[in-house]
Amino acid sequence: MEPSMIRVENLIKKFGDLTAVNDVSFDVQKGEIFAFLGPNGAGKTTTIKVLTTLLKPTSGSVELDGLNPVSHHNEARKAFGIVFQDPSLDQDLTAWENMNLHGVLYHVPSKIRRERTETLMKLFELWEKRDTVVKQFSGGMKRRLEIARGFLHTPKILFLDEPTLGLDPQSRNQLWTHVKHLNETERVTVFLTTHYMDEADRVAHRIAVIDHGRIVAMGTSQELKQQTNTESLEGAFLALTGSSIREESAGSADQLRQMARMFRR
Amino acid sequence: MSAIYILWLRELKKYSRSRAQIIASMGQPLLYLLVLGFGLGPVFEKAGSGNYRQFISPGIMGMTVLFTSVFSGIALLWDRQFGFLKETLVAPVPRIQVMIGRTLGGATVAMIQGTLIVIVCLLVGFRPVSLAMVPLGFVFLGLIATVFAALGTAIGSSLQDMQGFQLIMNFLVLPIFFLSGALFPLNNLPKALAVVTALDPLSYGVDGLRATLIGVSHFGAVTDAVVLVCVAAALLCLGAWRFSKIEI
Ligand SMILES: Nc1ncnc2c1ncn2[C@@H]1O[C@H](COP(=O)(O)OP(=O)(O)O)[C@@H](O)[C@H]1O
Ligand SMILES: [Mg+2]
Repeated sequence: MEPSMIRVENLIKKFGDLTAVNDVSFDVQKGEIFAFLGPNGAGKTTTIKVLTTLLKPTSGSVELDGLNPVSHHNEARKAFGIVFQDPSLDQDLTAWENMNLHGVLYHVPSKIRRERTETLMKLFELWEKRDTVVKQFSGGMKRRLEIARGFLHTPKILFLDEPTLGLDPQSRNQLWTHVKHLNETERVTVFLTTHYMDEADRVAHRIAVIDHGRIVAMGTSQELKQQTNTESLEGAFLALTGSSIREESAGSADQLRQMARMFRR
Repeated sequence: MSAIYILWLRELKKYSRSRAQIIASMGQPLLYLLVLGFGLGPVFEKAGSGNYRQFISPGIMGMTVLFTSVFSGIALLWDRQFGFLKETLVAPVPRIQVMIGRTLGGATVAMIQGTLIVIVCLLVGFRPVSLAMVPLGFVFLGLIATVFAALGTAIGSSLQDMQGFQLIMNFLVLPIFFLSGALFPLNNLPKALAVVTALDPLSYGVDGLRATLIGVSHFGAVTDAVVLVCVAAALLCLGAWRFSKIEI
């Protein structure tokens, strides 16, 4: 039995009246690739923010590598790296300066920092643009830089919040190849969120389907398909979360929740 | 330590890349210096208070450092908006170091901007009474910069978005400037005004600049320095505390 790298128990996070994460519990083992699959507004990013010390939980407990990120934030921050869903680059600095700043903040020794920066920037086809101020980058280039920066140091736990959003297919491929490589060679635990079925299917060992702040199903892709009697993960996903577009009326939201509850029994 | 350094350096890089802004932000102090300096000068002199341009130059230096340092602290809001703040908040570096790097960077930028204004003052005819005291004048510029960069960080950490910014500007930063004695002497003020000016940390900064640059002082340079150091320490603690509480 591997030790838990991420442990979440009865996590609730409220923003005023809105309950973004509603009693979520799960465990991620060392060396596992675990995916949160869910529609927009399901509470994926909020969960990651609580785990990465950016938000305090309303109630419930969380642990990273045995550390509580609420009370031991400094120690907990040493355990993980993260690629955010939203932009987090300094637009006034050059690509290289952004990489360098990250490397210094994460204590990557300067020689390794320079070598890895070069390798990663070449891999994501940014090396030619290293001295360009990020403000002048296209959306795709910015996204690639965020990803490259996320790989500059090798953490125990890697959080990837919708990492492929806005990426071209080639970079997507690079990203997942790299993630799998890190996972296999360095036993990096990966927690990723996505709303692309095929990605979850392809890279994740285990998937939790999350909707309206609740985990409605959890298991391998195979298990999810069996549970819902569907052929594809997409079918399973729709069976679990309903086919309505989000921002529906309260009535149908309640129906969905009811369905989710039925499913859990 | 390297984290503090790299975040300090970041502030300097951002400053040096905003040439247009550097020049634009010289406009306001220059206007005060010229319009007030030449406009109110004759009245001031007739009242027997000496050369007004000599008198307000330290005030304008203080004003420049005040605005630049508060704004650099409030730039935290932009970093929140554009997302870079998150990157520093999840890094394995104690938040106090992140806060110190940012704040010292902001203070340094304010010092540079203040130095530019010192040069402008010299160009329009300001003359320090003693060259030997000029380095002490820069010590006071540095103290003002630290006090208000820390205040800016505390404010920037507490605001969620740009909406509160106008409020802070009108009800905190401008009053700090106008009630500091930057534009008028602190002697013989009405009682109420005397109390308020004595509570304004910038009063001590400007007074310290006058003490060292033109040899005129209300509180005395030692008092000025002691007050500024204490206020800086208090505001740095406040800023660090507010910064440690940021949630995104
Ligand atoms: N800072 C915040 N303040 C108020 N509501 C928020 C905040 N952050 C997220 N939310 C709300 O919480 C819910 C979950 O959001 P999020 O975790 O970002 O979803 P996901 O990442 O799954 O798309 C959404 O309804 C969103 O509007
Ligand atoms: Mg999200």
